[in-house]
Amino acid sequence: MSFFKKVFGNEKKSAASAKERLQLVLTHDRTDITPAQLEELKDELIEVISRHISIEPGAVNIDIAREGREQRLVADIPIKAAPRRGR
Amino acid sequence: MSAKIVTVTSGKGGVGKTTAIASLGIALASLGQKVVCIDGDIGLRNLDVIMGLENRIVYDIVDVVEGRCRLKQAMIRDKRVPGLFLIPAAQTRDKNALSPSDMIRLGNELRAEVDWVLIDSPAGIERGFKNSIAAADRVLVLTNPEVSAVRDADRVIGILEAEEKGSPDLIINRLNYDMVQKGEMLSTDDVLDLLAVNLIGVVPEDKSVLVAANQGMPVSLNKDSRAGQAFRNIAMRLTGKDVPFMDLEEKGGFWNRLSKLTGGN
Repeated sequence: MSFFKKVFGNEKKSAASAKERLQLVLTHDRTDITPAQLEELKDELIEVISRHISIEPGAVNIDIAREGREQRLVADIPIKAAPRRGR
Repeated sequence: MSAKIVTVTSGKGGVGKTTAIASLGIALASLGQKVVCIDGDIGLRNLDVIMGLENRIVYDIVDVVEGRCRLKQAMIRDKRVPGLFLIPAAQTRDKNALSPSDMIRLGNELRAEVDWVLIDSPAGIERGFKNSIAAADRVLVLTNPEVSAVRDADRVIGILEAEEKGSPDLIINRLNYDMVQKGEMLSTDDVLDLLAVNLIGVVPEDKSVLVAANQGMPVSLNKDSRAGQAFRNIAMRLTGKDVPFMDLEEKGGFWNRLSKLTGGN
């Protein structure tokens, strides 16, 4: 297989596309949450959290993670460093 | 006797449910078990032709439920293997001719008579599917390594869990090992990663399945068929035996030879 790997190494195989597409479709089928709803949720979360702590809005990431047949909402929200005192 | 009632379902049509039921029926009966296969696809019956028993139908499942015959009169004995019977579907009725409670009653009546009741579910997630799972102790979800079949299987698994039928076991049917090796077909691991249920068998794609259907001889009767062997293994796993999964690699297959030629592995 090494020869083919060298020649076609960068080409994405159809099974990999199938799996990736299915991961997204199944997440949507199981939760009934659309990417648009997720975006809306993200914007609202940013708004609420920003009222309390200083965060990086551009770096916020909200996603649905799969663990077996369970889905969970995972939010990754980087906090801005507190301004240093004494400057 | 207290039969186990097992339903095979899939969501999507044409993935091989009927072939699986016929093959598992033959295989379980060959192990000395008493088995009844029920065609749950009212209006679109096919288990009779796949089993090669289409010329012997007198009564069907709706006749039993509506009291036109006794249960035993609708059980067609398969003469090839002792202890195997078919209860055919009605062809000129629809899914509403039966209800889930009819199936539970029928299942309970059969429990006393046999070791296994295998129910062939129709495609879809409507009435016929609901009827087919009503009496089941155990559900096998059958899929092909292909996007629409996997998606529908996931939907069916979700419904089974919501109906508190417990987590089903998965059969992956028609896996083409060469294509998996080339990265052009979802692998067993891919499908398991997506569906996250217990695997009970992988059946390789095999031309002998069509030949078997042509002849009305379920493929598990064919000792040389790899698909037949895979179904025989699943039957043994159903009885609780721990059977190792088959090596799906076709010795001397095209990809194998090509891979050797090009010096990789």
